[in-house]
Amino acid sequence: MAADTSQSVVKAADDGVGNDSAVRGRSRWTDSGNTGNARRKGGLRHALATHWYAWAMVAPVVLVLGVIIGWPLVRGVYLSLTDANERNVARDIGARHIDATYEFIGLDNYTAVLGDPVFLQRLVWTVIWTVACVSITFVLGLTLANMLNRQFRGRAAYRMALILPWAVPGFVSVFAWRFLFNRDNGILNKVLDGGGIAAVPWLDDPTWAKFSVIAVNVWLGIPFMMVALLGGLQSIPGELYEAAEMDGATAWQRFRHITLPGLRTVSMTVILLSTIWTFNMFPVIFLLTRGGPGDSTEILVTQAFREAFITSPRDFAVSATWGVLILLLLMIFALVYRRSLRKQGEVW
Amino acid sequence: MTSTRTRGSRSPLASVGLHATLVVASVIAVFPVLWILLTSLKPAQHAITTDFVKEPTLSNYTYLLESSHFLDWFLNSVLVAGVTTVLGVFIAATTGYAVSRFKFPGMKPLMWTLLITQMFPMAILIVPLYNLMGQLGLLNQPVGLIITYLTIAVPFCAWMMKGFFDTIPVEIDESGRVDGLNPFGTFWRLILPLAKPGLAVTGFYAFITAWGEVAYASAFMVGEENLTLAGGLQTFVTQYTSNWGAMSAASVLIAIPAAIFFVFAQRHLVAGMTAGATKG
Repeated sequence: MAADTSQSVVKAADDGVGNDSAVRGRSRWTDSGNTGNARRKGGLRHALATHWYAWAMVAPVVLVLGVIIGWPLVRGVYLSLTDANERNVARDIGARHIDATYEFIGLDNYTAVLGDPVFLQRLVWTVIWTVACVSITFVLGLTLANMLNRQFRGRAAYRMALILPWAVPGFVSVFAWRFLFNRDNGILNKVLDGGGIAAVPWLDDPTWAKFSVIAVNVWLGIPFMMVALLGGLQSIPGELYEAAEMDGATAWQRFRHITLPGLRTVSMTVILLSTIWTFNMFPVIFLLTRGGPGDSTEILVTQAFREAFITSPRDFAVSATWGVLILLLLMIFALVYRRSLRKQGEVW
Repeated sequence: MTSTRTRGSRSPLASVGLHATLVVASVIAVFPVLWILLTSLKPAQHAITTDFVKEPTLSNYTYLLESSHFLDWFLNSVLVAGVTTVLGVFIAATTGYAVSRFKFPGMKPLMWTLLITQMFPMAILIVPLYNLMGQLGLLNQPVGLIITYLTIAVPFCAWMMKGFFDTIPVEIDESGRVDGLNPFGTFWRLILPLAKPGLAVTGFYAFITAWGEVAYASAFMVGEENLTLAGGLQTFVTQYTSNWGAMSAASVLIAIPAAIFFVFAQRHLVAGMTAGATKG
């Protein structure tokens, strides 16, 4: 175990190319690992001897993930290929145990789900919901971050107030909004009433309900966006702005050519995170409208939940099918996103 | 830090516009929370008045603590979220360190797995987990929910801690090695104490996630006294009843501990999350 790591290499990895984790770390383990591959058996023993620390350290996570994510995942995929529902899965009624009687039916669930126009409806609304939420949240978050990125009195107080929606657990805020949105008794309609405007069916009309769920999700999402972008803004060197100003750049030009490029990395990250979160955003829809009125605000994940836990009889197989389809969509999204980043020369 | 950015001074008009916008935004951000707080202090029969304050009373809180299952739910939530946090951080800590410091065969796939499992929708796991828990007799048990929440907590704890370990200089590991410590010793005696703030933030985030989880809790836990807070709060406002007084008081009691912690952890939170997400 000779220590052949040169510090400068490691430091360089830490400072500059820290994005590529392959470069990171102590090369002594790496180097000896590579040279030991000459003979298969000897190589394995050698790898064990050199890497057992690392493997022992990651073992708990690998085991836990395998058991509580890997296995259920495989089972979920299998269930989607069966006709399992609450009447034929293994279950205990009192002391009596009933064995599972569901059968393998191949891809029937997939043809059924994909052949049903409901899938397309849900997909379209989920995409609209995700794009609307993420873009509005991003624009408003960026605006507020820019405003807060100056010196003025009361800045800390504004920041505190604007972060509050993030500090309160999401499901609590959703109930607060449900209270505000209440048709007959909610304060929003009472205020409108005071101004002589007829009550708005915030959650009872398909179009208004869509507007309302987006509004609530934007309200919930802005603080994270704002704080992340504010961090990005503060890392842009002030000299750039001074230089631009000396050259006579207008405020818009400075924003366009210094701020936006400076925020690229952090924007990419927050947009990716926020897209995945919004796409999977169960609580807002479920607690605000339960997918209603009718099924007008149902997104893909709430639909999967509904199949397994709300409709009767509970249809586990179809729910699992929706789950697999949702996962596939997310995978495709991540791959496309990654490829587009690569094209633009980002290392990710 | 931003003093270099005050380029000239704003015109009074711009200043007014800035403050006006921020005030409006702040009011929108604060109002729903404030309104719930105010409602919780009104007698239940006046819950829906538009007055800001009306006959202030704590009756909603006494009702909540004495005549509802709120305390059960609260304890269930504390138990589930607390154990999830401790286990999640404990299981994931060494992995975060290993992927931050070493290069070893299987590291890339592991990193990808950690990243991808974080974007798993609950929709893919909820049905198989429900069935497995059913077969193991763990439905309606805190243990079942803890195991379920670990599917969320472990990947992001590992990922987030990797980000924190990355910020600790490698020279410290070097010095440990020079002093004859093996990697476990280095990790345990040198790095872990330095990473305490990072561990705290990770743990806090794991706690808040479990504290606010809705889907699994709604599906797996039934029966008034078995619910967690996310499920319990739903019982106040259903199709048939709407007890806004109790709902608002419960909301306040749920939000206060979370909000206090949040204020302390918030600065590190963004750093942890975004750092973890960019370094693949």
